[in-house]
Amino acid sequence: MKNRSLVSIADYSKKEILRILELAAEFEKDPYQQLLNKNVIATLFFEPSTRTRLSFESAISRLGGKIIGFSDSSSTSVQKGESLKDTIKTISNYCDLIVMRHPIEGSARYASEIASVPIVNAGDGANQHPTQTLLDMYSIKKTQNTLDNLNIFMVGDLKYGRTVHSLLIAMSHFNTTFNFISPEELKMPAGYKMHLDNLGLKYYEHTDFTEYISEADIVYMTRVQKERFSDPIEYEKVKNVYVLREHMLEKTKKNMKILHPLPRVNEINEDVDENMKAYYFTQALNGVYTRQAILTSILGIR
Amino acid sequence: MIKSKTQLSVSAIKNGTVIDHIPADSLFDVIQILGLNKLDKMITFGTNLESKKLGRKAIIKLSKVFFDESDLNRIALVAPLAKLSIIKDYKVVEKRVVEIPDEIESIAKCVNPKCITNNENVKTRFYVVSKEKVALKCHYCEKITDKENLVIL
Repeated sequence: MKNRSLVSIADYSKKEILRILELAAEFEKDPYQQLLNKNVIATLFFEPSTRTRLSFESAISRLGGKIIGFSDSSSTSVQKGESLKDTIKTISNYCDLIVMRHPIEGSARYASEIASVPIVNAGDGANQHPTQTLLDMYSIKKTQNTLDNLNIFMVGDLKYGRTVHSLLIAMSHFNTTFNFISPEELKMPAGYKMHLDNLGLKYYEHTDFTEYISEADIVYMTRVQKERFSDPIEYEKVKNVYVLREHMLEKTKKNMKILHPLPRVNEINEDVDENMKAYYFTQALNGVYTRQAILTSILGIR
Repeated sequence: MIKSKTQLSVSAIKNGTVIDHIPADSLFDVIQILGLNKLDKMITFGTNLESKKLGRKAIIKLSKVFFDESDLNRIALVAPLAKLSIIKDYKVVEKRVVEIPDEIESIAKCVNPKCITNNENVKTRFYVVSKEKVALKCHYCEKITDKENLVIL
């Protein structure tokens, strides 16, 4: 993985994914190590994403690395009309690795082709966000002690949600059973279902929370966003259907954990937060260890 | 009445290329892709001809025109079942089928308006995920451009 960009979760084989998760577990035991003290890492956020940026910067800082970059493009020469190519070519000279967030889809792949240093994609529009997927997998492995043969429920916006798409692709290495809960207009796209069909993996679709949630090992919640609906009346109809409440957890499995990429709005009721099965805040902490694993692996330090 | 085999809908050529089995609704795409509107050679077209395979097909006969392989790749995108016959002295001397390559560069436009190829000066590049029912996966944004949304650059 040394010197190789991480643009899409599909860039990593099953073996490479497992290697990152092992490394992340080592960083969880000892997150403060002077491993990046000779490195400069650029965090280029062409659109703001405070959570992701701080998670990366925390990961780098705890390993003693230096950070250069920007948190939105309004104060950069992008405003003057500079092309992405020129920005990346220039900043490649100043650092050992670029973490990049950009609203245009495919921008990270393109950047990886023109940069002289590796690129870590921190989200390119609605396309890919592979470090999120790896931290989700780390959270699953840590809470279930395995990645194999699990039953994962995905809830909410399954049409546009890149986190669920990438997680589906990555977990399809591990004989996962999927349950999709979403409104009709935000169903899992056919291409992803075809991918599961081709692998012979089982999946079930529901438009409502079902009693089958008692079989879930992981419930992965996502936001149903108003702007995804062409008809605002449709949104009003469904907005309260995909809300998880504490009483719904009664009959769920003991090992079941609730994940959410955050930020949440109202799709997980606050009464769930104190439940042992709520895992989303720890999931965010796991992001730091996972990103430490990814950065040190690409820089050839681990 | 059964039409005689010798009765041709589009008259024969002496030397050149015949492109047959073009879906009727792709005829004008093929004309554009190959730049036939800019050629000064004799060309005859037939369209909406009956075809068992395609329903309605089109045929193009080009006198004294021969193509190289990269041009053929471009046709394959809109007419994947097209058959080419090279004609010398009224006889078919060679038959070729067009085949969609596994990767396609700089021919088609990505359907996704938010794709980098539609926003910066980046050449398009696709992986062909389905050849029968044309489907191209963008190397950059990973979105699928299918037959209905295919725009030739």
